[in-house]
Amino acid sequence: MKLTVTLNGKKIQEEISPDLVLLDFVRAHGCHSVKRGCDTSNCGLCTVFLDGKPVLSCSVLAARAEGRRVDTLEGLQEEAAEFAAFIADQGAEQCGFCNPGFVMNALALFRENPRPTDQEILTYLAGNLCRCSGYEGQLRGIRAFLEWKEGGGRA
Amino acid sequence: MKYVNHPVRKKDAMSLLLGKPVFMDDLARPDCLIVKVLRSPHANALVEEIKTEAAKKVPGIEAIYTWEDVPQNRFTMAGQTYPEASPYDRLILDRHVRYVGDPVAIVAGENEKAVDRALKIIKVRYQVLEPVLDFRAAKDNAILVHPEDNWKALCQVGADNKRNLCASDVSGEGDVEAVLADCDVVIDETYHTLANQQAMMETFRTECYLDTYGRLNIFSSTQIVFHVRRIISNALGIPKSKIRVSKPRIGGGFGAKQTVVAEVFPAFVTWKTGKPSKMIFSREESQIASSPRHEMEMHVRLGANRDGKIRAIDLYTLSNTGAYGEHGPTTVGLSGHKSIPLYGSLEAHRFAYDVVYTNVMSAGAYRGYGATQGIFAVESAVNQLAMKLAMDPVELREKNMVREGQIMPAYYNEPANSCALDRCMARCSQLMNWKEKYPCRDMGNGKVRSVGVAMAMQGSGISGVDVGSATIRLSEDGLYNLTVGSGDMGTGSDTILAQMAADCLDCDVEDIMVFSADTDISPYDSGSYASSTTYITGKAVEKACGKLKEQILMKAAEALALPAEELEFSGKAVTHPASGRQISLAELATKFMCGNNSSFQVTESNSSPVSPPPFMVGMVEIELDKATGQVDIIDYKAVVDCGTPVNPNLARVQTEGGIVQGIGMALYENIQYTEKGRLKNNSFMQYKLPTRLDMGRLQVEFESSYEPTGPFGAKSIGEIVINTPSPAIAHAIANATGIWFRELPITSEKIAMALLEKEQ
Repeated sequence: MKLTVTLNGKKIQEEISPDLVLLDFVRAHGCHSVKRGCDTSNCGLCTVFLDGKPVLSCSVLAARAEGRRVDTLEGLQEEAAEFAAFIADQGAEQCGFCNPGFVMNALALFRENPRPTDQEILTYLAGNLCRCSGYEGQLRGIRAFLEWKEGGGRA
Repeated sequence: MKYVNHPVRKKDAMSLLLGKPVFMDDLARPDCLIVKVLRSPHANALVEEIKTEAAKKVPGIEAIYTWEDVPQNRFTMAGQTYPEASPYDRLILDRHVRYVGDPVAIVAGENEKAVDRALKIIKVRYQVLEPVLDFRAAKDNAILVHPEDNWKALCQVGADNKRNLCASDVSGEGDVEAVLADCDVVIDETYHTLANQQAMMETFRTECYLDTYGRLNIFSSTQIVFHVRRIISNALGIPKSKIRVSKPRIGGGFGAKQTVVAEVFPAFVTWKTGKPSKMIFSREESQIASSPRHEMEMHVRLGANRDGKIRAIDLYTLSNTGAYGEHGPTTVGLSGHKSIPLYGSLEAHRFAYDVVYTNVMSAGAYRGYGATQGIFAVESAVNQLAMKLAMDPVELREKNMVREGQIMPAYYNEPANSCALDRCMARCSQLMNWKEKYPCRDMGNGKVRSVGVAMAMQGSGISGVDVGSATIRLSEDGLYNLTVGSGDMGTGSDTILAQMAADCLDCDVEDIMVFSADTDISPYDSGSYASSTTYITGKAVEKACGKLKEQILMKAAEALALPAEELEFSGKAVTHPASGRQISLAELATKFMCGNNSSFQVTESNSSPVSPPPFMVGMVEIELDKATGQVDIIDYKAVVDCGTPVNPNLARVQTEGGIVQGIGMALYENIQYTEKGRLKNNSFMQYKLPTRLDMGRLQVEFESSYEPTGPFGAKSIGEIVINTPSPAIAHAIANATGIWFRELPITSEKIAMALLEKEQ
């Protein structure tokens, strides 16, 4: 079948197999930030934005993206870098394999709720597993980022 | 020190956070054959017939291999220093399959669909045999997991395949029976821990290809590039000179990638076909056919006087290595040798063990490596002793814990030269407000809040065995290339080694360019495991930098025509204080790129005759719902003595990560087999990892000792951090309910049922 999507701002039209999942489609187009961690929608590693909303691309058929906008971390580098620096300052990135999905979902949280409480942060990101960091450093990084934003976002 | 003991950002942090293509499958060649294996549905069976003709005709299939196609030399997949303690009991494919998931055929094809289709078409006729599934009944069972005659043990570890024994030993000091008989109180209990999965986010994966010289290149997510080279050479029966192994960034290891789980299959395919290939384990395969923690049952007898003096520990560990012996003979040792030494004034101790083969997935190396299991048992027994003596368990430990300068029992007569365990306990009690919170308080709403405590230790490298090396080179711009063979698996070891080098060479950490790890390029390193990289490889970096500094002074003396002993190294330049003359490193390095006869490069190796333990104390506060058995972690406080924390941020995150992994082991992560030996917990649906809603609030601090044999006084941090949650949480649950749980995980169902039983 024929698929037309806008991937990171670029229009793509191509013939796809109907059972192709969005995760494999975006990776085939060089979006290697999108990772497969589980196959059962448990880990959050494959998070992408579909029309600006976070979805698990392992559980979305590429065909469902027909006519829609798909954004991956590759297309959000600037917005992500601003936040990611605060995670780096905690050393909470560790192995990094879960980072892209976590960063994507964190950006989605900040867009939806610019001043989340700790509980809101933990609940929103509960589907993003990390086996290295123990999550606490990620929370410290998020808090530090939000405080910095609150203070006007100056260095 | 400008960098050591400072929270430097990891060199690769931003690349990782921004999702740059730095992992194996981001970098693999697009034309790789896809490699998968057909797995046995039976726990114990012989392949009688295997029909692959139809499967080979599937369009896109390149090759299908069965047991008849592979070399018949047995090898081990355990990444250990040669001669490995793990027995040589594997073939790439064996006619005798020994667990549900054991590979029966290798299929390689142009795309995943073709390979999946071929896997479905292969017809196998099995002679199904009765399996040994109960590890308590495995020793001297009539059913042998490894009846074959070409099974081989390279080391004297008490192994005997004709008894299902992978290893066996007994050691000790003093007359344990006599001391126990003389004790006022003896705690006599049995503890059981399961074969937990490391569950690193990146599953096992490897790419292989032949290079310009026809050599087999293995590009793998591995902690042990050099061991992979030897193991592939053993498995394929080809010379090591034909093999090169390198690694990209690793998406987590925790010991899982200290075993050659994925590498042999694509290596065999590429060697046979000459074509590039890759194998990527699914999560299900990573759960059912990999290298988890060794299931252990530990029988502890702990003797003490009424005043709380602990006098003797007698520990027997039964360890389940599963179908193959990877890390079987070595993990079990830590269950005693890294739990008994926590108590420094024992009059007698004994540690005996058996490691048995069974028809479940082989175990391997997992953070803590046996110490985690042993510490759960011994620390739980000590907590029970405190309850029995009506003593505060903190005070009981203060009476008995190992102190700096003591010879550690069961620890190869090594003294504790650096030990701040007492300070860890004092500080942790303070952080937890222990005196006020111990043992529990009823919240009046059906919930109880209670606290629990445990101590832990580990080693720093394997004494007299592990080797770390570093090559450091002055480059033409006055910067340094640091090349090591240890693999940073996300811990930040590349960065902390650069921090050490920067302080040795008095330069910026940005001036140290780190490379790891490639068997063609890196100096030899046994690999990143056994909590060795900071301590072992770090010292090699320190040594190499010292020698390079001498070289730089010699060359500067030559360039300036001045005596070397009058010169001073200042980081950016070499100066002659008497005359004020100087030459910058950039000038010096550039000058010696012309008409020079000697190298500006040093390689140093390092091994240590001792393995100084890091120590820690962990305390947990939980809230337990008496109606449902639900346990919520409220707070987890940990104070660690890892010697000098080279990078406090990374050491803290290591600790937090280990604690949460330990919480998963204690409360959630279950391993359940069907009667026929099929693992039920084969996905993240059935194997529950802690999320950020399950870990309460963590607080980590350091109480540092100074380890004289370590680089900058450092010891290890990576493994010890997983060791306190199981005993501390079991203790808190006992303080809340009066019931001791001695089998992990302590699920809410178990608690609820036990409370119900207690009421009745």
